[in-house]
Amino acid sequence: MSQSLRTMGLFALVCLLILGTGFLQSWNTALLILNMGLVSAVMALGVNLQWGIAGLFNVGIMGFVALGGIAVVLTSMPPVAEAWSAGGLRVIGALLLGAAGIAGAVVLYRRTRRGWAVAALLAGLFFLYRAVLDPGVEAIEAVDPSSTGYLGGLGLPVLLSWPVGGLLAAGAAWVIGKTALGLRSDYLAIATLGIAEIVIAVLKNEDWMARGVKNVIGLPRPVPYEIDLQQDPAFIERAAGWGTDVTTASTLAVKLGYSALFALVLIVLLVLAQLALKSPWGRMMRAIRDNETAARAMGKNVTARHLQVFVLGSAICGIAGAMMTTLDGQLTPGTYQPLRYTFLIWVMVIVGGSGNNLGAVLGGFLIWFFWVQVEPMAQGLMSLLTAGMADGNWLKAHLIDSAQHLRLLTMGVLLLVVLRFSPRGLLPER
Amino acid sequence: MDLLNAIVALANFVLIPAIAYGSQLALGALGVTLIYGILRFSNFAHGDTMAFGTMVTILVTWWLQSLGLSLGPLPTALLAIPFGIAATALLVLGTDRAVYRFYRAQKAKPVILVIVSIGVMFIYNGVTRLILGPDDQRFADGERFIISARDFRNMTGLEEGLAIRTTQGLTVVTALIVVVALFWFLNRTRTGKSMRAYSDNEDLALLSGINPEKVERVTWLIVAALVTVAGVLYGLDKSYKPFTYFQLLLPIFASAIVGGLGNPLGAIVGGFVIAFSEVGITYAWKKVLGYALPESLAPDSLVQLLSTDYKFAVSFVILVIVLLFRPTGLFKGKAV
Repeated sequence: MSQSLRTMGLFALVCLLILGTGFLQSWNTALLILNMGLVSAVMALGVNLQWGIAGLFNVGIMGFVALGGIAVVLTSMPPVAEAWSAGGLRVIGALLLGAAGIAGAVVLYRRTRRGWAVAALLAGLFFLYRAVLDPGVEAIEAVDPSSTGYLGGLGLPVLLSWPVGGLLAAGAAWVIGKTALGLRSDYLAIATLGIAEIVIAVLKNEDWMARGVKNVIGLPRPVPYEIDLQQDPAFIERAAGWGTDVTTASTLAVKLGYSALFALVLIVLLVLAQLALKSPWGRMMRAIRDNETAARAMGKNVTARHLQVFVLGSAICGIAGAMMTTLDGQLTPGTYQPLRYTFLIWVMVIVGGSGNNLGAVLGGFLIWFFWVQVEPMAQGLMSLLTAGMADGNWLKAHLIDSAQHLRLLTMGVLLLVVLRFSPRGLLPER
Repeated sequence: MDLLNAIVALANFVLIPAIAYGSQLALGALGVTLIYGILRFSNFAHGDTMAFGTMVTILVTWWLQSLGLSLGPLPTALLAIPFGIAATALLVLGTDRAVYRFYRAQKAKPVILVIVSIGVMFIYNGVTRLILGPDDQRFADGERFIISARDFRNMTGLEEGLAIRTTQGLTVVTALIVVVALFWFLNRTRTGKSMRAYSDNEDLALLSGINPEKVERVTWLIVAALVTVAGVLYGLDKSYKPFTYFQLLLPIFASAIVGGLGNPLGAIVGGFVIAFSEVGITYAWKKVLGYALPESLAPDSLVQLLSTDYKFAVSFVILVIVLLFRPTGLFKGKAV
C-alpha cells in the first residue's frame, strides 16, 4: 500500500470512529473527542518537531501546556484593580529585581569565574527578593480571597492568549535549552521533567498570580454562550430547521465553534510544519538528528539549531495548552498530571509515526479517541466478566471500580506493541 | 541550655527526617544507577516498580495481620518484604524477557529503551492501580516511637522534645544493612565482580567469558530487592500512594545524577545531598534560630526559604548546578 493511500485510509478511520461515536453515543461526546483531539494533535505536532525531526527528548510537555494555560488567565481575565493598588507594583518590582539579579549573577560569573562570590550574591539577593515580594503577595491575597485574591489579567480578547501562551512556553524553553541542551539526552529528559513539576508547583502555590488551587473559573470565551444562543430568535429558528431542540442545538453549535477555531490553528501549524520539514532547514535538522558529528563537520551549529527547534516545539505545546484552557473555561492546576499531559503525548507521537507531521496529527486523534473510549469499553468488559458473580461480591465491586485504570494499561500495551512491531509508527517518515 | 535546645530541635525536625528520607532516596538511586551502569538506559518505570513491590508487600502484610502474625514492636511489613521482592523480581525478569531483551539484541539506542520504559511505566501504573487502587494506604503497625518527644523531655529536662519514630530508625538500619550487603556483593563475589567488569567495559567483559545474560538477570534481581525495600520503607515512613511513588522519580534520578550515574557510592551520597537540601530549604527555621540566637536577633518570621510544595524545585536546582559545573556528577559517573 502506498504511503498516501495509507495516510488517507487511517485518517478516514479516525473520521469514522468520531462519526460512529456521534451516531452510537451522542454528538456532544463526539464533538468533545474531536475538540480535544484537535488540541492533542497540536501538542503532538510540537513534540514531533522536537523528537521526530530533531531527536530531542523532552518529557516536560506538561509544563509548557500549563504555561499556555496560565497565559489565558493573564491575558483575558479582567484586572483586579483593588489587588493592583494593594501590592501589584511591589510584586512586579520584586519579579524584576529577581530577574535582574539572576542576569547579573550570570554576567558576574562569566566575568570573574568566582563561583562562591556569585553564590553569596544570589543568596543575599534571594532574601532581598523575598523581603520585597512577601508583603505584596500577602496584601494581594487578602483582597476578597473567596472570589479574587489575585492580580487578574489584562482584560484582552481571549484569542490573543494563544500566541501569548506560545511566547511564555518559548521563553521557558529558551532558559531550559540554554542550560540543558548539549548535555546527554538523559539529562535533558530529567531537566525537562523537573521543570514541568516546578511550573505546576508555581501554578499551585502562587495564589497572587492565578489563585493557585482555588482555580480561576469563568474565563472569557471566543464563542457565544449557550444561554445567549437559546434566547436568540434567529438561532431558535435555525435549530428548528435542523430538527433538534434548542438546548442540544446550542451546545453543539458552541462546540462546533471551538472545533472550527482549533482546526484553523491545527491546519496553519501543520502547513507551516510541512513547509519547514521540506525546506533546506528541515533537511538540515534531519541531517543533524541522523549524524550530529557529520553535520558539525559540515559547519552546522548543532547547539544553536537544537535550541531553535526546542523553543519552537515548546511554543506549539504552549499554544495547545492555551487552547485547551480556553476550551475548559477554567484553569485548574490540580488536574495537570504528567501521565496525561506528558507521556500520553509521547504515545501519540510514537504510535502516529515520529518524524512524520501527519503521523503525529493522526496519533493525536487516534490515541485521544482511545483514551476517552477505553473507559466505557473497560466498564463493559468488566461487567461482562463479573456478570456471573453475586451482587454483593467484593471482587465484583472492586473490578468494576477499577475498570478506569485499564486505560493506562491499554496505552502502555499499545506503545510497546507499536514500538516492537512497527517501530516507525503507523505513518512512517518518508 | 539554649544551644542544646537548638541542637535538639534541629535534630528532631531536620537531621532525623533528612537521614531517613536520604536513605530511602539512596536505595532508589542505587537501583537507577545499577540499571544505567549495566543495562545502559534510564529506567522511567523505576518509581512504578517501587509502587508495585510496595503494593505486594502491603497485600501480604494484610494477609499476615489477618492470620494474627506480627513482629511485636516492629512493623509486620518486614515479614512481608521477601514476598514483595519475589513478586517484583518475577515482574521485572518477565518484563526484561518480554520487552527489553528484544531491543538489547538489536543494539537499540539508549533513548529508544527509555521510551520503551515509558510504555512499561504505563503498564505497571495500570496494574498497581487496578489491584490496590490509586488511594493512600497506611500499613505501618507495631510500636510507633523508639523514643517519643514527651519521654525525651522528661528524661533530659530540656524544653524541646526529640522524637524518633520506629520507621525512621528501621529505615536507617535496613538501608545500612542493604548497602553493606550490596557493596560486599559487588566487591567480593565473583558475580559482583563480573557485574562491575561488564559495566566498565562490555566488550572486554564478554571477551573474558562473562555471561551477559546472567549479569543482566542478577542486576534485575538486585534492583527488584532494592526498589521493594526502598518503597516499603518510604511507605512505612510516610504513606503509600502510587502517584507519590511516580513523583519520586525526580528526586531519585537527581540523586543518581548528582552522585554520578553508574556509580553506586555516588548514588548514596547523592541521595543524602538531595534529602538534606530538600528538608533544609523547606523547613521553617524560626524555632532553631530562636534558640540559637540571642533574644534581640531572634527572627519573627518563619524563616522558611521555600514552601514545602517547592521541594521538587530544590532537587532540580541542585541537579542543574551539578550538571553545569560537574557534568559527570560529584563522583565520576559514566556516559553512554
